[in-house]
Amino acid sequence: MAEMQNRNTRRDLLKNIFRGAGLLGLGGAVWGTAAEKLKASDIVLRPPGAILEEHFTKACIRCGICVEACPYNTLKLATVDGKAAVGTPYFEPRDIPCYMCTDVPCVPVCPSGALDPTELAGDDSGAVSSALDINKARMGVAVVDQEACVAYWGIQCDACYRACPLMGKAITLEFKRNERTGKHAFLEPVVHRDICTGCGLCQHACVTEKAAIFVLPRTIATGKVGEHYIKGWDKADEERLKNLKEEKAKKSSPEDVLNDWENLFDDD
Amino acid sequence: MINAVSKNRYFIFRRTIQIGLLLLFGGANWWGWKIVNGDYSAAYVLEWFYLADPHAVLQTFLAGFVLSSDAIFGGIIVLSFYALIAGRSFCSWVCPVNLITDTATTARKKWQLTKKEGFLGISRKTRFWVLGLGLILSAVVGVAAFEVVNPITMLHRGVIFGFGMGWTAIAAIFLFDLFVVEHGWCGHVCPLGAFYTLTGRFALIKIKHNSDKCTLCGKCFAVCPEKQVLNIIGKKSGFIRGACTDCGRCVEVCEDKALKFSIDNYKNIGVKNNE
Ligand code: SF4
Ligand code: SF4
Ligand code: SF4
Ligand code: SF4
Repeated sequence: MAEMQNRNTRRDLLKNIFRGAGLLGLGGAVWGTAAEKLKASDIVLRPPGAILEEHFTKACIRCGICVEACPYNTLKLATVDGKAAVGTPYFEPRDIPCYMCTDVPCVPVCPSGALDPTELAGDDSGAVSSALDINKARMGVAVVDQEACVAYWGIQCDACYRACPLMGKAITLEFKRNERTGKHAFLEPVVHRDICTGCGLCQHACVTEKAAIFVLPRTIATGKVGEHYIKGWDKADEERLKNLKEEKAKKSSPEDVLNDWENLFDDD
Repeated sequence: MINAVSKNRYFIFRRTIQIGLLLLFGGANWWGWKIVNGDYSAAYVLEWFYLADPHAVLQTFLAGFVLSSDAIFGGIIVLSFYALIAGRSFCSWVCPVNLITDTATTARKKWQLTKKEGFLGISRKTRFWVLGLGLILSAVVGVAAFEVVNPITMLHRGVIFGFGMGWTAIAAIFLFDLFVVEHGWCGHVCPLGAFYTLTGRFALIKIKHNSDKCTLCGKCFAVCPEKQVLNIIGKKSGFIRGACTDCGRCVEVCEDKALKFSIDNYKNIGVKNNE
């Protein structure tokens, strides 16, 4: 009898262990998937000085101190609506752009390192103590939809150009002759991505119904040429040639190739 | 009247602190007060130093990011305060979810919904598994796993910065506590409560029981949100340890003065209270 009971409790114990392990596995799978999904968002604009998005969602402790520091109510904390990882700061320039405060109050208060003052270090020493330079912010980059921009239709509009705090540098107006009328000019806004901070003042100012100029995260809006193209007309770029490791072409005679029967039928 | 106040003296004190803190944090965003900026994940105090949630700091560390020193020291300050002095008192004196779950418990008692604990087979130990699972997931997924779903900071941020749809998580907790498991969230699931239970084991402030004075009236059992910690009541004198939240409900309802706030002398600390 006692042995019977013993066996029963042992069976109960095993059952409980398996049930526990099962629940733990299930919970872990559901929770893990949710966390994976909630961890980052592709298209979101972060405050100035934010580190790369993939690190940002790890680093940001979701305190909102940056949000409270912003005098323009530019920054918002994401709720569960999925605009950004919950509790992390972001902004939507069409509502309220970043006004590029010269003292950048939002960055140095961040306790976590998600907003990194060294990204905005005034001189290039990278020292935190050196004054912050908001022009070094790279929150995103403005992109023009030429189909929707009335300036590209030939209608005079330089709203974005005038709104830009780096007018004439981040956005320039390119003059072109309007062949259709024969007597007017196009004044087309062109964004220069090396200088554009992604503040979104242009997007805020754009006159079209849905902004024809808008800020996108840099990871999304920028391309990359790759190492193998070199600007032959650019002295500095030419220098890169010298640093490239010479890749020696493998020399082998036709007999060698034929005799290397093991690799004869290799595709590469 | 006097009696009613005295029977709720800690309750009133706790609510004052809980709501007062909400107001201080809220005022920072609404009216630009500079007393405490931020939320319960991290706070900037008097524009002078930082406090941070040690559980969030730990998760972030496991997720593979080295926080800057402000957050790390902030976490150490808070952890030291609770670990050395205040035990698990975050739960009953600070946490805003406590307002929700206490309300659910009150309603549950009033409407005499089932008293049966352990319905659905949830054990009070579940929270330690949730805590461990959250830490493991933080390392595996590479993001502070509890923070992406944390209803405590969601509620706190909701009050300060606006809820959006975040109130649904809070409603879920309320309904869970009301209809599914008594003291369901705080007593069975919440990993932050579990975290402070573990770290608060050696804290100075504890409730002390004097069994000579105890008449076994059972009033303390009726109000305690973590009844299992009262297992010494009437049996032997000593300190209430383990998952006790230092809410003081038992102290204020005890008419025999058999329970009071006291300083732990660490005798028999090895004897396990039910957590
Ligand atoms: S730079 Fe100024 S306007 Fe822009 S996000 Fe920071 S505080 Fe707000
Ligand atoms: S201050 Fe830093 S940690 Fe806090 S919400 Fe802003 S970015 Fe995140
Ligand atoms: S986002 Fe627009 S306004 Fe801001 S710097 Fe770039 S081009 Fe100028
Ligand atoms: S158990 Fe969790 S939710 Fe409940 S009071 Fe404690 S920290 Fe807050």
